[in-house]
Amino acid sequence: MPEMKRRIGDWLEHRTGIETAVRNFLYEEIPASSGWHQVFGSIALFLFLVQAFTGILLAFNYAPTPGEAYNSLKYIVTELTGGVMVRGLHHWGASMMIVVVVLHMAQVFLYGAYKKPREATWGVGVVLLLLTLAYGLTGYLLPWDNRAYWGTVVATEIAAKAPLVGPYLQRLTASENGIGVVTFARFYALHVLLLPPATMILIAIHVYLVRKHGVAPAPDEKAPRKRFFPEQVFRDTMAIFCAFVILFALAVAVRVPLGRLADPTDSSFVPRPDWYFLFLFQILKFFDGPLEVFGSVVLPAVAVLLLFLVPFLDRTPAVRVTRRTFAMSVVGVGALGWAGLTVAAIATTPKQVEVAEAGGPQDWQQLSPEELAGIGYFRRENCASCHSLAGGGSSIGPNLTATSIRKSAAWMIEHFKNPAHLVPGTSMPPIQLNDSQLNALAAFLLKLNPSNAAALQSAPEVVVDGAMIYQSRRCGACHQINGVGMKLGPPLDGLGKRRTREWVIEHFLDPQKLSPGTIMPPYRFNNREMDHITSYLMMLK
Amino acid sequence: MLQATEEKASGRRALLVSAIYGVWGLVAAALGAPAAVYLLFPPRTKKVEEWIEAGRADSLRLRVPEELVFRRNRVDGWKVTSDKTSAWVVKMAPGHVVAFAPQCTHLGCAYHWDEQKQQFLCPCHTSTFSLDGSVTSGPAPRALDRFESRIADGKILIGAVRRSGHA
Ligand code: FES
Repeated sequence: MPEMKRRIGDWLEHRTGIETAVRNFLYEEIPASSGWHQVFGSIALFLFLVQAFTGILLAFNYAPTPGEAYNSLKYIVTELTGGVMVRGLHHWGASMMIVVVVLHMAQVFLYGAYKKPREATWGVGVVLLLLTLAYGLTGYLLPWDNRAYWGTVVATEIAAKAPLVGPYLQRLTASENGIGVVTFARFYALHVLLLPPATMILIAIHVYLVRKHGVAPAPDEKAPRKRFFPEQVFRDTMAIFCAFVILFALAVAVRVPLGRLADPTDSSFVPRPDWYFLFLFQILKFFDGPLEVFGSVVLPAVAVLLLFLVPFLDRTPAVRVTRRTFAMSVVGVGALGWAGLTVAAIATTPKQVEVAEAGGPQDWQQLSPEELAGIGYFRRENCASCHSLAGGGSSIGPNLTATSIRKSAAWMIEHFKNPAHLVPGTSMPPIQLNDSQLNALAAFLLKLNPSNAAALQSAPEVVVDGAMIYQSRRCGACHQINGVGMKLGPPLDGLGKRRTREWVIEHFLDPQKLSPGTIMPPYRFNNREMDHITSYLMMLK
Repeated sequence: MLQATEEKASGRRALLVSAIYGVWGLVAAALGAPAAVYLLFPPRTKKVEEWIEAGRADSLRLRVPEELVFRRNRVDGWKVTSDKTSAWVVKMAPGHVVAFAPQCTHLGCAYHWDEQKQQFLCPCHTSTFSLDGSVTSGPAPRALDRFESRIADGKILIGAVRRSGHA
């Protein structure tokens, strides 16, 4: 057996040289001073691989167009076993990646490891930092929920304000007329087609440069060099393991929110970028009017430029890390400033107003005929097959008890007629009803809240149909129910206490006979109509 | 003396190497397990078991199969689609119908009723099935699959498809 193994190994080595390559890689000589402070680069590389892995898994069940994107992601996290885990790893992995990349930079900066001849290594590293941020920016849109949509609206608006290049950036992100399918396609393409290969190439260059110049030694190092394997590999492995444990715990324990489907008309939504961009967002508040571009574009651009220039600005000979007090204060001030801005941004974020449990009608008997008829159209159009009302129904569309309170009747009617117009990417079909029927539907939805949905939904079929007949015959032009309608005729509330069913039916057929002198015309209903409208009226309180 | 330190060093080295392998094994498992579950487990969607009206029972002639077309909802990932489906329905006796799934049990081709030979014929590899769905010749491994079916108010209702066990 060992003989066999050796022969296979020899064969492979002879054909590919793989053994020598691995050996060269692992037995590279590194300074004796190398240690735990140099593990961050390896963690960043590991996290990148985790992102690639989980990203591919997500893509297996994800449809990259607005609307579909939301539905498919919802499918991933609600229907697929392990879906929450995969999304959690990808989401928190992105955040951790940024943390680790920044720590890696801070370490290199503090130790002065960017000094000659390692300027290029540093420069490539800065580009990698920017790529990491670009992943965050483009990936933020992909869930296509409100957070994603509004966050991206703000980001593209900022880009559009950039001096000189603004209009071109706007053209490139296809955001001149708002965020839609084209912007989405481009963000997705950037996120999965352009950025990953770019990152891989740059990582390869970065690692090659590190190898070429060797790991930066301590300034006055005399001790003999040691090998990368196994000691430093062990440290890297342990550090990666710690990072992974944190990532895994976050993915298991912290639910990544998936908000409501992106809604361009939701004026109550307060857009916020992801946490690592919050400081930029906060800086913007200090710059008003014409100075705004200064905060949104000029300042960040200068900061990035300074980062690139670090090795050229600091040309002093290398000294021990403990004596680099200036570098330490730069990192300290940077960290403090960042933390302060971030905390301020969080503190000033208004809590998303949760819809208060509006009192509203408690059962169907308190609804106006129009609202009650709305229940009928809701049922007839099968709205519940996509929209859940308090747990019932499916969950393809948003739960209407939570969303409809934020909307106006006008919005709803517009949305019913042309759903994709107000909610781009929705898979809702237009509703084929006439205007007064749509009005009724909207009127019902406006009365809906989480606490009364079940009670309203339980309105008997007969009663709902009765109300629809009441509406279509315009009974409300003369009569009032629950305070809605005209008072030419008597209000119909509590009719059942005053009259018998037979009386009402007879009155429909020949009003003059029972109420001489009335202006009410006779109504010739068919059997079903007569039964239903009478039942409805008799049940009024 | 020198030998002792060397032995100690190689013991330490072995420990480090096994720790490295162990940790990477653990990480790979912790990533691989959710991925495997995610890709291999079926979605949690509850099956929509519904009865669909496919036609009227009195329009069928006794023991003459008829292909009835109806629409049925199908859960397709994150979507529910309404697909056209058909069934070969035979009235075996008054008040009793059998509905066969429209695919051959060999490799899934669409078969049809051969009026002359009084059998179902699959054109792909010439499997034939008798009126009750059992295989009479050809490579088909088992009888035609059946939909659950019943008659209510004179309507033919089609339910879920049941895989046939026997030949
Ligand atoms: S598919 Fe029908 S016989 Fe092969």
